[in-house]
Amino acid sequence: MSATGPLSDEGLIRLLDRTGARLEDPFFSQYAKDLTDDDLRRFWREMTLTRAFDNEATSLQRQGELGLWVPALGQEAAQIGSGNAVRKPDFVFPSYREHGVALTRGIDLPVILKMFRGIEHGSWVPSEHSFHLYTLVIGAHTLHATGYAMAMDRDGLVASGKPENDGAVICYFGDGATSQGDVNEALIFAAVNNAPVVFFCQNNQFAISEPTTRQSRVPLADRGKGVGIPSVRVDGNDVIASYAVSNWALQYARSGAGPVLVEAFTYRMGAHTTSDDPTRYRTRADEAYWAERDPIARLTTYMENAGILPDEYREEVAQEAKGLGRRTRELVKTWPAPSKTEMFEHVYAEPHATVDAERAWFERYERSFLEAHS
Amino acid sequence: MPTFEQFKMPDAGEGLTEADILTWRVAVGDTVEVNQPLVEVETAKSLVELPCPFDGVVIELLASEGDTVEVGIPIVVIDVDPTGAGPEATPAPESAGATPAPVTAHEHTGHGSAPEPAHAPAAAAPESADSGAVLVGYGVKAGSAHRRERAEGALEPIGGTEGAYPVFAKPPVRKLARDLGIDLSTINPSGPGGLVTREDVEQRAQAGSARTLATYPEDDQPWLESGYSTPDGRATRVPVKSVRKRTAEAMVKSAFTAPHVTVFQTVDVTATMDLVAQLKGDRDFADVRVTPLLIVAKALLLAVRRHPEVNSSWDDASQEIVFKHYINLGIAASTPRGLLVPNIKDAHRLPLRALAQKIGELTADARSGKTSPANLSDGTITITNVGVLGIDTGTPILNPGEAAILAFGAIRQQPWVHEGEIQIRWVTQLALSFDHRLVDGELGARVLADIGRVMNNPAQGLVWA
Repeated sequence: MSATGPLSDEGLIRLLDRTGARLEDPFFSQYAKDLTDDDLRRFWREMTLTRAFDNEATSLQRQGELGLWVPALGQEAAQIGSGNAVRKPDFVFPSYREHGVALTRGIDLPVILKMFRGIEHGSWVPSEHSFHLYTLVIGAHTLHATGYAMAMDRDGLVASGKPENDGAVICYFGDGATSQGDVNEALIFAAVNNAPVVFFCQNNQFAISEPTTRQSRVPLADRGKGVGIPSVRVDGNDVIASYAVSNWALQYARSGAGPVLVEAFTYRMGAHTTSDDPTRYRTRADEAYWAERDPIARLTTYMENAGILPDEYREEVAQEAKGLGRRTRELVKTWPAPSKTEMFEHVYAEPHATVDAERAWFERYERSFLEAHS
Repeated sequence: MPTFEQFKMPDAGEGLTEADILTWRVAVGDTVEVNQPLVEVETAKSLVELPCPFDGVVIELLASEGDTVEVGIPIVVIDVDPTGAGPEATPAPESAGATPAPVTAHEHTGHGSAPEPAHAPAAAAPESADSGAVLVGYGVKAGSAHRRERAEGALEPIGGTEGAYPVFAKPPVRKLARDLGIDLSTINPSGPGGLVTREDVEQRAQAGSARTLATYPEDDQPWLESGYSTPDGRATRVPVKSVRKRTAEAMVKSAFTAPHVTVFQTVDVTATMDLVAQLKGDRDFADVRVTPLLIVAKALLLAVRRHPEVNSSWDDASQEIVFKHYINLGIAASTPRGLLVPNIKDAHRLPLRALAQKIGELTADARSGKTSPANLSDGTITITNVGVLGIDTGTPILNPGEAAILAFGAIRQQPWVHEGEIQIRWVTQLALSFDHRLVDGELGARVLADIGRVMNNPAQGLVWA
């Protein structure tokens, strides 16, 4: 970690240090004080399950069952912490690496793989989970999120006078996305419209192979200053701080105070995707440095020391993780390939003559091949 | 009874078509479990460890370390039921192949490929490669696309372009064609599976129009015509076509089909020079150009009369040698269109004056670009007059379809031993290349020697005429 610049720990909110010791923050500690031991165990369980699922998916890709996989290794704390601060009236716009957040929103993790197996574009009903479909286009969904937040405001779902009914939007994106035009436009729109949206940037330090130092001269949170959005830097490998900061940010947005930019400073421990080879652009030493800062290990140490992580519970979760892996493996293989004509569905909400003609042409084209059709 | 499963080389990146086996982490007989590291492979993108997809015992490693294996080819056989009795009639009896036990083909339906027919032979070619996936940033390897076979006439256009087959081309190529105003459907595709490539489009563009030259206005550089500037403006690329293209093709064809041999002779041609001077003063020759070329042409005709075997060609297709009873004498000419070899029909029948006249017409036509195609075909033997350029001699390449070509060098005054004394004489060099398949060294040497004798002493021509 550098002394200054985008990789410094300047202004980083931290409630759990890497040795597993609890820290106090004069402002943010109050936003984590409601966490019970059960909550922490739930965080631990969700982080552990996310990682187990992640590893299983990587294996499945290597075995030819998935076209691609996007690991979230190392980012579990930022995701589980922030995801647990979300409640029903809120709405989440994920990017494509938010498997941990998906788990907190009640998504059955294996269904995420339908997209990565290339058989569906998205496999849950967003409104049922307050969790939008994954967006692959970098940063595009920050605009959708801002628009959605502005609509929530117009629908009276913000600062309604009954805080328990208020909602806000939280939008996840990475450090690389902050260099995109869409993200900057979203920040500007959100600022001038006072939209209830929390921009949650997981700075995992790499835009594929491009380090954050090639994206910014200052901490990414500083981008909020330029458009007048309050911003916070949080240690993204600290699940408690990630929860506290998100908790505050969402409350702030729900209250009608406007948007917030959170930079969760973390580290992508794995590859960008299974198509990537990180050894070509970073050193083993860097990876070892961050392995010592593994978010799950940090929470484990803290909970062990506090005596709130009994062996039976660990064993229970270990079995659950194993079962999740097995179930994922079995499920993936049962999914049939979709019919090719499915691509013509959902182009328009209603029947459309052009699409019908194109479908008819395509069916004839497919029939023109000698091979057997299945 | 054991149940065997195969693990096929997966696409460990986006659109990889193959990977190299680096290190096997297991050996035959090893008990393995799901996700245990099986093998380390190297793809175009990275080193990747492939985890085992089955619990079981390794029966056979189907690829060795160092092998390059295509995606979809099985690399290992694992018995997933080593102890069990196993169902007697395990699925896929038709996939027995060379393996004694039933093999359940482990299909990879992921990554967008369609379910494969269950009756595919067990050890068949890669089946999952038909997705045509492309490694991001690498492009598809030529010929690597596996295309499905199309039923003949199965898809008839039913009017308009709506029913026609689409032209296959990558989006950037389509854009290029659109930018250049080229209709993709008019291009003959050269890519795999009928794909129109960037080169196809560029070639069409170059054929269709000339671009600005990298020359200065006052330059007179006609050979740059129809060329276009390179991006840095420091070179002009001129598409090879018409005469240049045919010249190149003819030269390559000739040089690499007919084994060439060249013999040389240096000759005192003072008598020929005297004869030329004399003829120039002759009234009969007043309206024709008399040059040493005329005498060398006559000398060649006389030599061919004495050795008609040299006036022949090799017919490779029918494995015959064609001896010609006529001499169509080719004279290599540098023209605005490039090198041409027009010939004088039945030159052996022409008296000297008529020969001089024909040579004059031929050169005039060639210079003004009026050479008729008829005059370019059916030559039987050729003279190339490199001497006019001040060159002593060369090793000429045969005009295709002919067996001999004579290079006629510059005629210079040189010290020469003449009648026992060193005198200043007119001397030239002659070189005769011939097709060694049908002309032996002796024959070639005799032909050249005879030419030399006539040049040295034109009176010899009277004897042989």
